[in-house]
Amino acid sequence: MFGADIWSNLINGFSVVLTPQHLLFVAIGVVIGTAIGVLPGIGPSLTISLLLPVTFGLEPISAFVMFGGIFYGAMYGGSTTSILVNTPGESSSVVTAIDGFQMAKKGRGGAALATAAIGSFFAGTFATLALMLMAPLLVRFALQFGAPEYFALMLLALSAVTGLAGQSAPKAFFATLLGLAMGMVGIDLQTGQARFTFGNLNLLGGLDPVMVAIGLFAVGEVFWAAGTFKRTVEESVTLRGSLLMNREEWQRSWPAWIRGTLIGFFTGVLPGAGATIASFLSYNAEQRFAKGRAELGQGAIEGVAGPEAANNASAGGALVPLLALGIPGSATTAVMLVAFQIYGLRPGPLLFQQQADLVWGLIASLYIANLALLILNLPMVRIWIKLLDVPKPVLYTGILAFSFLGIYADTQNTASMFVLLALGVVGFLLRRYDFPLAPVVLGAVLGPLIEQEYRRSLAISVNDYTVFFTRPISLVLMTLVAMAFLVPVFNAIWKASRRRAAVPAGDVGEIED
Amino acid sequence: MQSLRTLPWMAALMLVVAVTLLAGCTTVPSAAPAGEAAATEAATEAVSAAPDAAASEALAPTAGGFPNKALQIMAPANPGGGWDTTARLLAQALTETGISPVPVEVFNVPGAGGTIGLAQLVSQNSGDPYTIMMMGRVMVGSILTNDAPVTLAETTPLARLTAEYEIVVVPKDSPYQTMQDLVAAFQADPRSIAWAGGSAGGTDHILVGQIAKAVGVAPDGINYIAYSGGGEAAAAILGGQVAAGVSGIGEWSDFIASGEMRALAVSSADPLEVTPGVPTLTESGVDVVLLNWRGLVGPPNLSDEDKAWLIAALTAVNASEQWQEVLATNGWDDVFLSGDEFGAYLAEEDTTISAVLKEIGLVQ
Repeated sequence: MFGADIWSNLINGFSVVLTPQHLLFVAIGVVIGTAIGVLPGIGPSLTISLLLPVTFGLEPISAFVMFGGIFYGAMYGGSTTSILVNTPGESSSVVTAIDGFQMAKKGRGGAALATAAIGSFFAGTFATLALMLMAPLLVRFALQFGAPEYFALMLLALSAVTGLAGQSAPKAFFATLLGLAMGMVGIDLQTGQARFTFGNLNLLGGLDPVMVAIGLFAVGEVFWAAGTFKRTVEESVTLRGSLLMNREEWQRSWPAWIRGTLIGFFTGVLPGAGATIASFLSYNAEQRFAKGRAELGQGAIEGVAGPEAANNASAGGALVPLLALGIPGSATTAVMLVAFQIYGLRPGPLLFQQQADLVWGLIASLYIANLALLILNLPMVRIWIKLLDVPKPVLYTGILAFSFLGIYADTQNTASMFVLLALGVVGFLLRRYDFPLAPVVLGAVLGPLIEQEYRRSLAISVNDYTVFFTRPISLVLMTLVAMAFLVPVFNAIWKASRRRAAVPAGDVGEIED
Repeated sequence: MQSLRTLPWMAALMLVVAVTLLAGCTTVPSAAPAGEAAATEAATEAVSAAPDAAASEALAPTAGGFPNKALQIMAPANPGGGWDTTARLLAQALTETGISPVPVEVFNVPGAGGTIGLAQLVSQNSGDPYTIMMMGRVMVGSILTNDAPVTLAETTPLARLTAEYEIVVVPKDSPYQTMQDLVAAFQADPRSIAWAGGSAGGTDHILVGQIAKAVGVAPDGINYIAYSGGGEAAAAILGGQVAAGVSGIGEWSDFIASGEMRALAVSSADPLEVTPGVPTLTESGVDVVLLNWRGLVGPPNLSDEDKAWLIAALTAVNASEQWQEVLATNGWDDVFLSGDEFGAYLAEEDTTISAVLKEIGLVQ
């Protein structure tokens, strides 16, 4: 624990950061972060690794406040294209596209962007506060998570599919299985053997979930738009009501922000869970608890507020194991670890004491970055919303170009262009036959993790299947999983029987579950 | 008309696009001036601090004019791993010591234990001295387990740079106080000891296989739990989820120093200064010595002149004070070996590793 001097440390941190030079780097960081968040494919880990050589000549603190800004900024920016044009730029904003795009279609795109930005601010600030106050405690909690707990958590995230189904449950399950199958491609971590690569060297690395998300959504969307262009009458999407949020939207947003923030933060603290899983878990929670849950999937603001808060909070959470233990919890924090090493710093149990100025300066800069992002993003809503007025051919050409550029920048491999194209075709076909796309991404993200954790659990326990139910955290999670899958089933049965019973009374009311 | 009304917004959008594109494009080239500025800064500092640092002068280009633009080091893995870190530290040392007259950049081609990067180097960069690749012992294993179509025999070996020894640790609450305790439990019931380490077939896995063989346990009967990256494996050990862990000594040194993990043995021939009080495997009665080396290879068909320049640059950087300091901070050994000697070593490693992987059952 840091004891009572936490505030003096923080004040010291602010005094380190509140210099024109460092503020400039925070500002550069948040602008770059937002930009790469908006662009498909280019993520914060790639950006930071590209910027590393540029920062050689800087003081470490300047570099780290900039990285902090990029890290948080990317999470802010990721929602924009999801909401406005149904093309998530990262896998962590896939779930935002479901309700966000529907909101945009209804003329509430501004409100969706606003709830994403304000929710992100709330989540980022909370996460930074929690990082500051409870890092060592949280680390103890995270270490309680062994393979069975991760397996149960991943199953819980997978149960979100029950709410992503859209009109047809069988189609949603097919989509999930397709995603899980995509997740199997490549080298198996436990045995080093290649699976489903058909002898093709380029598939050995597997299908990156980010590539799956961009291929299915962005490239698929472009094909779809091209395929239906001039055949459908384009309904012009105009803004309805206030640009930002109205009273009701505020009231529905804040509980979702709180739920999303808590879920996202604790998921982020766990090394290896990550922002995408946080966003799906949050969407799952919204399906159970949101006031407007009946409307989820058709443009409920909770479906944007929760997941967007969750992915931002998870970014803050991922810094906990990095700063407190030197364990990177995500791709981006892994790159930040390299940055620490390049500056000759060793993150670990001793970093808080040995590099107090740096750590507290970084924490202070995260508060500043969050505020800067809110100030940057809220007025930007007015500008982003104009994206809807851009003529379709221009807009979609741009999306296509950026998608390929982003993936190429990430993989540096021309073969991945063809994989992306193939995924786009798959995305088009799935849309053509009304299959939901989000479960595919969910499957592709979770597939490898579920499998690895399942096999690790059984290997560590020497094939004892009770391991999933004899450990307390795992048992709790497993119970939640059982409820998540069974409640909708029982609900449907109950509803059906009640409807039959209620016919004489002629009253079918709102059913609580 | 609709499009007229949206014209200003189109312009604004195009501007945003142009700016971001520019930002994206200038990232890499702008590394050059920044790198140079940093280099001169560092050089002036170095001169005033240590007179012998002035010995590392820029290497003159070859008669053919190589190099006259930035050198690229491919790290055939995701940012954040061992190859990536080593490549970045090397790039920094090459520029800051002033040995390389041109900027040195690092790019990542992730996937499949480096074999995707290897295939790319061989197929796309033949004869191009501007692209060299970071690699190491793990790649030799990956080529075998993946049955990769391209092997290291097709590359131009440049230099072996660093070696990191492996360390065997247990969680702090573990009942095993010494390597002998762990070995006794392992012999009694091999599957009861879950070993955490990096990906299957990698150095950590190979070490566990060699330990098994040395203590009379069937190598294909080990309970090895593969984690992607040292972070996840560290979390599993700190949380007491597994019985033991294996990794490079540098990665977990802070956890050992702070008492969160107990180090039982190192894989070096003699005890190491960086891990005081930790015996070697051999001292603990397990006859295994293993070093995880990292080095650089170039693409096929390099001209002798270009190859000589690259080897000279790596030889000079290896001798530089800055690089020796990098080795010291990270607990790496200087095992410099260059050119054909390194090539012969690669062939030798291929035979050794192939034999162990067959015994573990990962290679047929």
